[in-house]
Amino acid sequence: MSAERAGYLRYLRQDKLPHLWCGGCSHGVVVGAVARALAGLGIAPEQTVVSTGIGCFGKADDYFATHALHGTHGRALAFASGVKAVKPELTVIALMGDGDAATIGGNHLIHAARRNMDITAIVSNNNNYGMTGGQCSATTPAGKRTTTSPYGSPEPDFDLCELVRGAGGGFVARSTPFHVKALERLIREALEYRGFSFVEVLSCCPTYYGRYNREGDAVAMLQAIKQRALAADKYAQLSPEERAAHIPVGLLYRQERVDFNTCYGTVRRKAQSGGDEDGERAEVSR
Amino acid sequence: MPGEVKFLSGNEACAEGAFYAGARFYAGYPITPSSEIAQLASERLPALDGCYIQMEDEIASMAAIIGASCCGVKSFTATSGPGFSLMQENLGVAVMGEVPCVVVNVQRSGPSTGLATNVAQADIMQSRWGTHGDHAMIALTPSSVQECYELTIRAFNLSERYRTPVIVLTDKTLAQMREKVTLFAPGEVDLAERARPTGSPAEYLSYRPGPDGIPPMAFFGEPHLLRVTSSTHNEAGFTDNDPDNAARLLRRLYDKIEGNACDIARIKTYHMEDAETACVSFGLTARAAHYAMSRLRKEGLKVGLVKLLTMWPFPEKKLQEAVAGCRSILVPEMNLGQMVREVERVCRDKAVHSYTKSDGENIMPGEILQAWREII
Repeated sequence: MSAERAGYLRYLRQDKLPHLWCGGCSHGVVVGAVARALAGLGIAPEQTVVSTGIGCFGKADDYFATHALHGTHGRALAFASGVKAVKPELTVIALMGDGDAATIGGNHLIHAARRNMDITAIVSNNNNYGMTGGQCSATTPAGKRTTTSPYGSPEPDFDLCELVRGAGGGFVARSTPFHVKALERLIREALEYRGFSFVEVLSCCPTYYGRYNREGDAVAMLQAIKQRALAADKYAQLSPEERAAHIPVGLLYRQERVDFNTCYGTVRRKAQSGGDEDGERAEVSR
Repeated sequence: MPGEVKFLSGNEACAEGAFYAGARFYAGYPITPSSEIAQLASERLPALDGCYIQMEDEIASMAAIIGASCCGVKSFTATSGPGFSLMQENLGVAVMGEVPCVVVNVQRSGPSTGLATNVAQADIMQSRWGTHGDHAMIALTPSSVQECYELTIRAFNLSERYRTPVIVLTDKTLAQMREKVTLFAPGEVDLAERARPTGSPAEYLSYRPGPDGIPPMAFFGEPHLLRVTSSTHNEAGFTDNDPDNAARLLRRLYDKIEGNACDIARIKTYHMEDAETACVSFGLTARAAHYAMSRLRKEGLKVGLVKLLTMWPFPEKKLQEAVAGCRSILVPEMNLGQMVREVERVCRDKAVHSYTKSDGENIMPGEILQAWREII
C-alpha cells in the first residue's frame, strides 16, 4: 500500500466498505476525493465534522472516520452553521446531493453563502433523486425525463455555481467524477479557503437518470460528462452558440471575503467593551 | 445569598434563565410575541463569549442549535405559533439524535397566522406530538415571570440530564407582562451537564447507553468521535433497520423520559388537603384559577387548585394522588379542550368538567369562578 493510500484511508471507515451506492454512481468518487483532500492537508479526523442530509449522498457520512451529523433533508448547511458558529477551529464539510442543496435546501444554501460561514459545501449533482427512485429535482434540465417528469421536465434547472456566486459565495468551483485529480485539488483549495466554499460535482446516476434519458451505461455517461466539461478559461473564449454544448469546470470564482466568525469577533469585542468605538450602543431591547 | 431583584417580562426572564443555566448559543428567527428573547440574546451572548445568529427560518434555527449543542455548547431558541410548526422537523432530530437543547414556545392563537398575536394555550398537544413518530417529550409550563426564569433553568438541566430537547411553554400574556423576579446568585442553583465519555476514544460508541439508559456524549472536536444521526441507529450511530434494534431504541428513548416522570413531572397544590372540588390548571390560567379558589375558600367552600409545572411527561401519578379525595374537577384552558383529555384519562373516577376559551383573550378569574360554582 502506498503512503498516500494509507494516508487517506484513515479518514474512511473501511469496515463500512464497499459502499451502498450502485455500480457506476459517482458518489464514491467524491467521497474518495474528499478523503484525499483532507489527507493532503493533514487535517485531523477529530477536528473534522461531516454534515449530511437525506438521499443517496446523504449516506456519505457513514464512510468518514470523523465526527458526523446526519440530519434532515436539505438542512446539512443549517446544522453545519451551528457547529461552525461555536467551533471556528473545526473543519466543517457539508456533503449534499442536488435534492438536498439545490431543491429543498436552496434557502439554506444561499444564506450560508451570503453569511459566509467558513464551511465547505460539496454537492454531488446527479440531476435527480436517486434514493427515492429517480424523481426530478431543481437541477434536472428542462425536457429531461425522470419518474416524475415522464414527458420531459417543464421547468428550467438551476446553475448552482451561478446561484452560489450570486448569493455572495467567495469560492465557487465545479468538477466531474472523470477529472478525479482536479476534483481532489479543488476540494483541497476549498477546504483551505476561509469562508464559504462551494464545489459542484457533475455526477452521473446510470440507474435512474441515465436510463430514463437513454444516456447509456456509466462509462457512456462519464464520457459524455468529460466531453461536455471545459476548462473555465477555454469556455470563456467560446461564442454563445458554442457554449451550449459545454459547461465550465475548474475554479470559477474566487474572492476573499471576511467570514462570519471573524465578523462576529468584532461583535463580541463591541459587546464586551460596552459599545461601539464611539461609545454608542443601540438601546433596542428595552 | 439571594441574587438581584429585577422587574422583568416573561420573555426577559426566560432569557435570563437561559444565560444563568449556561446557554451560550442562540439561533432563531424573529416572531411576535417571542422576539424579545432573541433581542436579549443578541445583546448579551456576545458579551458572554457566546454567539447569537439569526437564521433564515425556524427550520434552520432548530438545526443550528443542534449543531452547536453537538460541540458541547448549551443552546436554545425561542419562537411562537407558525415558527413552532416549522421547528417540529428538527425537533425530531434532537429527540432521535439525543441532542440537548431548549425551545421556548410563546403560545399565540392559531391555527396558522391566526389572531396575530393574541394569547392562547393551544400548543399543548403540538408540544407532545408535533414532530412525527413515537417519542416522548418534556414540556414545562410556567405561570409567573419568576417561574419563566426558574423553569427555563430547569429546562436546561433536564435537557442535559436526559440528553433530550425540552420545551418551555409560555404564552403571549405571560411573555409580555412584567413582574418582580428574584434572580439566583452564581452557584445558588445546581446546573446539570450532560454525561461525558469515560473510556478510550477507540471504544467510544455514540449511542451506547450508560446504566441510566442515557449515552454519554462526546463533543465535536474531541478525540472521541461523535456520530449524531436522525436515522434509526445502532449504538455506534449507524443506520440499523433491524426490527429488534428499532424497537429497543424507540423504547429506550421513550422510557428515559416517561420512565423518569417521577423526577421530571412536577405539580404545585393549593388547599388540596381537604378539597372536594379541584381545579387543575397551568400557565396563565392557573393565576386566574388561584384567585377564584381564594374567593371560594373565603366562602367556606372546600376547593383546591392543582397547578402543573410540567405538562409533559404528564404528571399522572402526582395528579391522581393530589385529587384522590375530590369528587369533581374543573379544567379551564385557553383552547378548545386539550389538557382536559389528559385529566379525563388519568382521573376516570372523577367528574371532569372542561371550561374552554379560545377567542384570543385571557381567561378571567370571574369566568373560572362562575364555571367552578356550577360544578360544586
